[in-house]
Amino acid sequence: MTINEIQEELIEDFAFFDDWMAKYEYLIQLGKELPLIDDQYKTDEYLIKGCQSKVWLHADHQRGKVLFTADSDAIITKGLVALMIKVLSGHSPAEIADSELYFIDQIGLKEHLSPTRANGLLSMVKQMKLYALALQAKGR
Amino acid sequence: MEQTAVLEHFDVEKIRQDFPILTRKVNGKPLVYLDNGATTQKPKQVIDAIVEYYTQLNSNVHRGVHYLSQLATDAFEVTRRKLRPFINAAHEHEIILTKGTTEGINLVASCYGKAYVKAGDEIIISAMEHHSNIVPWQMLCEERGATLRVVPINDAGELDMEAYRAALNDRTKMVAVTYVSNALGTVNPVGEIIRQAHAAGAPVLLDAAQAVQHLPIDVQALDVDFLVFSGHKMYGPTGIGVLYGKEKWLDAMPPYQGGGEMIKDVAFEKTTYNELPFKYEAGTPNIEAGICLAHAVDYLETAGLNRIAQHERELLAYAGGRLLEIPELRIIGTAQEKSSVVSFLLGGIHPYDVGVILDKLGIAVRTGHHCTQPLMERYGIPGTVRASIAMYNTKEDIDALVAGVQKAAEMLA
Ligand SMILES: Cc1ncc(COP(=O)(O)O)c(C=O)c1O
Repeated sequence: MTINEIQEELIEDFAFFDDWMAKYEYLIQLGKELPLIDDQYKTDEYLIKGCQSKVWLHADHQRGKVLFTADSDAIITKGLVALMIKVLSGHSPAEIADSELYFIDQIGLKEHLSPTRANGLLSMVKQMKLYALALQAKGR
Repeated sequence: MEQTAVLEHFDVEKIRQDFPILTRKVNGKPLVYLDNGATTQKPKQVIDAIVEYYTQLNSNVHRGVHYLSQLATDAFEVTRRKLRPFINAAHEHEIILTKGTTEGINLVASCYGKAYVKAGDEIIISAMEHHSNIVPWQMLCEERGATLRVVPINDAGELDMEAYRAALNDRTKMVAVTYVSNALGTVNPVGEIIRQAHAAGAPVLLDAAQAVQHLPIDVQALDVDFLVFSGHKMYGPTGIGVLYGKEKWLDAMPPYQGGGEMIKDVAFEKTTYNELPFKYEAGTPNIEAGICLAHAVDYLETAGLNRIAQHERELLAYAGGRLLEIPELRIIGTAQEKSSVVSFLLGGIHPYDVGVILDKLGIAVRTGHHCTQPLMERYGIPGTVRASIAMYNTKEDIDALVAGVQKAAEMLA
């Protein structure tokens, strides 16, 4: 599936939730299910500085695709991180770098992407794209 | 007995009617505002004064001969006149209007530092200070080659007074501590702190940002040298604050910033400085906030700080008791003497997660390190969830908080 197809699917999934609680319960579930990041990457080097919750992000390049793994010490943040990974992981550096992430807004979680929100999610998206750009540059 | 009789006059429902924002909804739920440590809401008396200022008075202060300028100047000075008895300062000119607590501390660190702090000297702060009462002193110490000494706390969040006594010596040039801790709620034994500092020959700056709105303060009885607070945390406007300083210090220290208002005569060879308080008030002040702060002072005095303190003490005790009904909830900061703040953690759950769920329920709390990173480090925690109480809060607010935390516990478990 393309990045946009995944975004569309998520938007459909989220349309089923009729209140915030169901939505957040789902996010929390996603956070719990996110595969563990290898411990060697849970260091300051891989830390994305959000103000309150910590996010660790690692990118691997395999057969032209970028594979992300990540973790957070806050479960809701981790759920959001899991969403980002669902959408961006497994695509080529060019696809990731050029992607436009409109689904967050459409599933009603826009507030978490605000630059003033202290959860580091925006920095995470930037970092994912930076990894992609760096890999793209290396690939040339 | 008399106390209860007095308290009966504290009509919280009537007080709530003065705060228009308390009737609004957040995320479809009635707002439960428990982030008063960050900033308080404003009563309509203050809001109306702001509108009145711009519709009737707006003009620069202390300069024009014209009518409006005179009115604005008079109104601005009324605030200073009301602040003097509010903290029982000896003189009106000991009240310097600043942008807020942070600016007050920076002013003292800078001006007092220039006049009195040399290499080898020591400044004492405590382990529970807000970054605003750490960083300016660190900067001063770095600049002057002085040493910053930090008084530790016990697990309950109380200052180690033994360690404090041991830290004082003839190199101590300043003791800067908070009156009430914004993260733990601890009320420090400031009378004792000041007596001991003076015995060692050091002046004391009290950070009263979390104190003036909760308990009566008498700077002369305390014999404190400097006291700072912010308008926005005491039901007043943002962008205005107070630095109280004893006349002898304010006279002896050099000015903070140069500019208009703070001068007597300017010549390129030599400028002479204006008298107190204007010596420390360079440039056009926040006139609107300065004028309207008087209405916040009036409001506090009408409500009565003793009554407010008692109401808030009861709420705090109620909040502590009810929150502890929740399994795995742990209160951070269990000092004997506390005011207005209850900080807590829910098992191993990140405070941010709890804050997000509470927000969805219309409950405003603060999560994080509360600008006290060294303190969080001391407890080995990433931060806390902090509910902070104001005079308009009710038991229903606390019940909503407890229900919200229970909901968060269910969802996040
Ligand atoms: C104890 C304490 N000191 C200083 C400050 C800083 O106040 P302001 O940001 O109004 O300058 C605060 C505010 O959070 C505080 O709680």
